[in-house]
Amino acid sequence: MTRTRSIGRRLTLLLAGVAALLSILSWGMVSGLARQAAERTQDNVLAASATAIAETLRSEQGEVRLELPYSAFSMLGAIGEDRVFYHVAAGEEFLTGYANLPVLDRPRAPGTVLFDTGTFDGEEIRIASVTRPVLVGAEPLTVSVSVAQTRSGVGAISRELSRLAALLSVAFFIVAVTLSAIAARTSLRPLNEIADAVARRGPSDLRPVKREAPEELAPLLSSLNRLMERLAQSIRRSEDFIAEAAHRVRTPLATVRTQAEIALRSVEASDERQRLRHIIRAVDESSRSAGQLLDHATVAYRVEDLARDSVDLADISARCVAALEPTAAMKEIRLILRTEPAKVAGDAVLLDNALRNVLDNAIKYSPEDTLITLAVTADAAEARVSVCDEGPGLGDCPAEHLKERFRRGTHTEGIVGSGLGLTIASDVLRAHGGRLDLGPAEGGTGTCAALVLPLL
Amino acid sequence: MRRACLAIALTLIAATAAALELEDHRYYQGTGDTVLRIVSTADLEVFEDYLIAFQAERPNISIDYSVVSSADLHGAIRDGAAFDLALSSAMDLQFRLANDGFAQSYRSQATEALPDWARWRDLIFAFTTEPAVVVISTRHFEGLPLPATRQELTAVLRDNPDRFNGAVGTYDVRVSGLGYLFATQEARSTDAYWRLSEVMGRLDPQFYCCSGQMIDDVTDGRLALAYNVLGSYAADRLAQESGGEVQILRMQDFGNVMLRTALIPEAAEEPAVAGAFIDLLTKLGMRETNGDWPLPPLSQNTDLRSTGFGPIRLGPALMVYLDPLNRRSFLSEWEDAWEQP
Repeated sequence: MTRTRSIGRRLTLLLAGVAALLSILSWGMVSGLARQAAERTQDNVLAASATAIAETLRSEQGEVRLELPYSAFSMLGAIGEDRVFYHVAAGEEFLTGYANLPVLDRPRAPGTVLFDTGTFDGEEIRIASVTRPVLVGAEPLTVSVSVAQTRSGVGAISRELSRLAALLSVAFFIVAVTLSAIAARTSLRPLNEIADAVARRGPSDLRPVKREAPEELAPLLSSLNRLMERLAQSIRRSEDFIAEAAHRVRTPLATVRTQAEIALRSVEASDERQRLRHIIRAVDESSRSAGQLLDHATVAYRVEDLARDSVDLADISARCVAALEPTAAMKEIRLILRTEPAKVAGDAVLLDNALRNVLDNAIKYSPEDTLITLAVTADAAEARVSVCDEGPGLGDCPAEHLKERFRRGTHTEGIVGSGLGLTIASDVLRAHGGRLDLGPAEGGTGTCAALVLPLL
Repeated sequence: MRRACLAIALTLIAATAAALELEDHRYYQGTGDTVLRIVSTADLEVFEDYLIAFQAERPNISIDYSVVSSADLHGAIRDGAAFDLALSSAMDLQFRLANDGFAQSYRSQATEALPDWARWRDLIFAFTTEPAVVVISTRHFEGLPLPATRQELTAVLRDNPDRFNGAVGTYDVRVSGLGYLFATQEARSTDAYWRLSEVMGRLDPQFYCCSGQMIDDVTDGRLALAYNVLGSYAADRLAQESGGEVQILRMQDFGNVMLRTALIPEAAEEPAVAGAFIDLLTKLGMRETNGDWPLPPLSQNTDLRSTGFGPIRLGPALMVYLDPLNRRSFLSEWEDAWEQP
């Protein structure tokens, strides 16, 4: 699997990038607005100051007179420590103030305040200018009043606000990144939940995933389900194939065996008899393996839709013992059965199958002339069918491995087997909510296999 | 561009460096070659302690101290006279120098410790708060209630014209920058000023250039009352020679409080040394109690605070009365009130 970058991280980074962009944008905008507001404030104060001065204009003895009001200048100190310049001119004639102040000479209606930016004495200034006609004698004379101020106060105010805005933007960014991380994790949660649900499933659970999924995940989920369905179908098909194959092999094998037995009876020469016996044994083993393959397929098929009938393990045990007694007898093995009633819920065919495989195993691996004890017990919650032999034991292979398909123990040389028996038993028990315990027999060299099932 | 500001008509405050009229001058030899040239309106008798304190800190620096009138000082700095430090009691003129670009910026820990109202643009620094007071000769006021407000003072003067005729004195605002500042600020703040002026104008008032002479004349008994005298000078004088002859009255209705300010002129050749001197002054200005220093600190002592009047604000409004048109109309009104035939 090639891993690309995590969606969550990518989402978080993307959102953080957006947040950073927005933070910078908002900082720039707030700074710009702050500058504008400060400038507007200065304009207003300058306009008020110029207007206040213009209001004192009057004519006396044919001369324009004015009196700078104290407040006109004291209000200019409100913005900051800025230098103040002013200029009053009647028509072309300079009246008072700073003669060199660059004043506006744009035409304008009396009473309207004009603003301009310029430099004076090496500093940037803002000028507000207002005109008023004053009647001198019979002639109306246009008097212009300009008040100018340097802009360091405005600069200081907007710098301070800009700094504040920067702090706010950083705070906003941090909050946004935190929220982005949370949002990314939250929106990815359904994905993780589905992944967990799939991961939690048993190895052969191929049922469709039925789960509430967000719209975006629905295609993924349905593809997954389709894939699982196809997989299940293909597994079923191969099981069918195996069952079919096993069945088809078994029938001719039975014919071969019968013919071989007939031949055995009619043949006198001992080496030929020996050869025929070999054939019969090989045919037996083949037929057994085919039977087990069939069993395995049956188990796989029936487990999918497990029946839950009330089954008494004592009955099944008795049937099994009866069925396998002849095989055991051939090896001079005695089967001892001890039962007590133990009812479980399950599929009688499967349970029979499982027990037969375990018992068959025990017979197969036991030396001649030994005992195999089959005991059915029940305690508070569990029913137990234990099959104990006097064989060579499990060897050093861990018990769990023996339950795997086609896996065989270390003491199996010379014995024909498919390695499917314990797998079948184990699968059946797991499907019933039980387990197969393998361990050494108490006080002996043998092995105990116990089928453990929950009681009804 | 800077020179261009000179075009502003300050013709009434005409003075040039060449015609600088020294009221006093003293040279303090230091061990090194550096000379700090100070131009100041403060008399040597109140300011010498500061110069000695500075030389104790920096013995290698010689100090050249010139005392001039505040108008002369303003004119000299505008003309680019070679001074390293300008100390003046005329806040308005000092402010104008700073506003018009004749001051150098200076910044240090000591100046940053100053309250906002005591500095402007790092160009001008206040180091004292000095109230304007009325100084009276107790002999002349014998048997009369001591006035506490301008109204009461007006009443006393009006009711006893014989006793006070020719015996009241004040600044000649036409020549004294500080007198003009006090008069304009007072006229702006209280109507009682003009009523009082009218009454005093009828009493053949004497006009002075400086606080020192006024206090001298009160001490000598030539004056019964000196109006708008620098309180710090008066207190200093009282401490030296009183004999109960002289008393300081603080008007309760309104009182001007002036800030003595320092600035480093644009033409200064030793701005760093001047800065060190400003540090000394501002540190002394920030002291909590008066101590032995002749000039009061910035932290307003209790009797100043009780009047509830803050110092004159260091800001552009100070330039209003410096405007020639305003000055002309104020002076004509002032002359109408004070010079009655």
